[in-house]
Amino acid sequence: MKLVVLAGTPGSGKTSVLIHAARSLIRYGLRPAVVKIDCLWTEDDRRFERLGIPVAVGLAKDMCPDHYSIYNVDEMLEWASSQEADLLLNETAGLCLRCAPYPDRCLAVCVIDVTTGPNAPLKVGPLLTTADVVVVTKGDIVSQAEREVFRERILEVNPGCRIVEANGLTGKGAAELAELIRDGPEASDDMHLRHNPPLAICTLCAGELRVSKRHHRGVLRHLDGFMEYSGE
Amino acid sequence: MTTDRACTLTIIGGVDKDGSPDLVERLEMHRGEVIGIVGPTGSGKSSLIADIEQFAVGDTPSGRKILIDGCEPRAETRSDPRKKLIAQLSQNMHFLADMSVDEFLRMHAKSRGRSPDVAERVIELANTLTGEPVHPDHHLTILSGGQSRALMTADIAVISDSPIVLIDEIENAGIKKREALDLLTGEGKIVVVVTHDPMLALMTSRRVVMKNGGMVRVIETSPGEQKVCEDLAKVDDWLMDLRETIRRGEVVGAAT
Repeated sequence: MKLVVLAGTPGSGKTSVLIHAARSLIRYGLRPAVVKIDCLWTEDDRRFERLGIPVAVGLAKDMCPDHYSIYNVDEMLEWASSQEADLLLNETAGLCLRCAPYPDRCLAVCVIDVTTGPNAPLKVGPLLTTADVVVVTKGDIVSQAEREVFRERILEVNPGCRIVEANGLTGKGAAELAELIRDGPEASDDMHLRHNPPLAICTLCAGELRVSKRHHRGVLRHLDGFMEYSGE
Repeated sequence: MTTDRACTLTIIGGVDKDGSPDLVERLEMHRGEVIGIVGPTGSGKSSLIADIEQFAVGDTPSGRKILIDGCEPRAETRSDPRKKLIAQLSQNMHFLADMSVDEFLRMHAKSRGRSPDVAERVIELANTLTGEPVHPDHHLTILSGGQSRALMTADIAVISDSPIVLIDEIENAGIKKREALDLLTGEGKIVVVVTHDPMLALMTSRRVVMKNGGMVRVIETSPGEQKVCEDLAKVDDWLMDLRETIRRGEVVGAAT
């Protein structure tokens, strides 16, 4: 079973790009299945269903959606096998840009939208820097020079990645992405994350609602970067 | 630096908006040639330019194929700007990048594998095309339409030194269009220009007529049309002079 983990900034066109790529994959004779992870609500599964491929939805609810994707990978792979798929496309709902939900044995795809400006690649973090393929969308809205500057910024933070210029409306770039997916790695039952998730060890993680440091324990980072341990 | 590449650009016809085949089945363009694309709004001019820009391999709505020297370009030629054969001046001239003109040009030069020092020359050339001078410290997002287009034209001439240049409706920007075209045509480039402008259309050697998304006809520019183009150039110079006179706050005299 091949595994593709597709992440990206909200509104960047992840679903549209993936739908076009899935169409190309079907043309190549592959049998993709899709798992869409979202936080609270989604109807993207209906868009995938129109392609006639198996689709499942996972809602993370009050869990971090990336953590939820990560520890559910085996369940997703088992489900895809039961659907007789040979390829699992996992679209994630990454939001805080601190996690990267990519296991080592997958094709890690990051979708990013060129209208976020040339400084955006510097802000996205491991989601972008540990991806194998970076899909750049909405390039038709800016000049060629700005697209090229954006591309240069991506290569500054992830020199080894393959960049695909795509358009979620016209399907441009979908065939190229589908080829990369077709040639991507097989998942295994012993996979590790490429990047460590953030420290989640303060009392907010345990449900404390009050604001201000005096109510919180654990490792706390001050605005000036100083880290303290508060507690016993 | 790029003159030994891309001798022939070929468009293999696809289909129009109704799925009927292009009446122009095959179109070859050679180095040093300026080709026009004409037709009413919505007739598919920009789509044809987009097909060329992304080296379509039957994967766009038109189903057209683009060949360079008779072959399909490799994937990395399609995407890596250092190997890119195409420079494009598009209708989308508003910048979203939150940086200064100088910083942007330096970064663009780097992405094309050129020395960042060319930024100065780009600004100098841009200022020969527009009446409103561009300054290196200007923020990109405050540039006017004319300034943006002048800057991008100079950028293509200096930084994006590609053998194929695609121009989409240069006339809408209030820049000196004949100088701009001269700057872009450079030596031995293939220049494709989408235009409604009679002078620009007649400056080409041939023009493709678009209708309902399809390529329907190719017209060679006749000697008669070339004569009309020369007359238009005089009118155009006059208009530019008037524009500058009015911009300087002076009074316009009678036509001579």
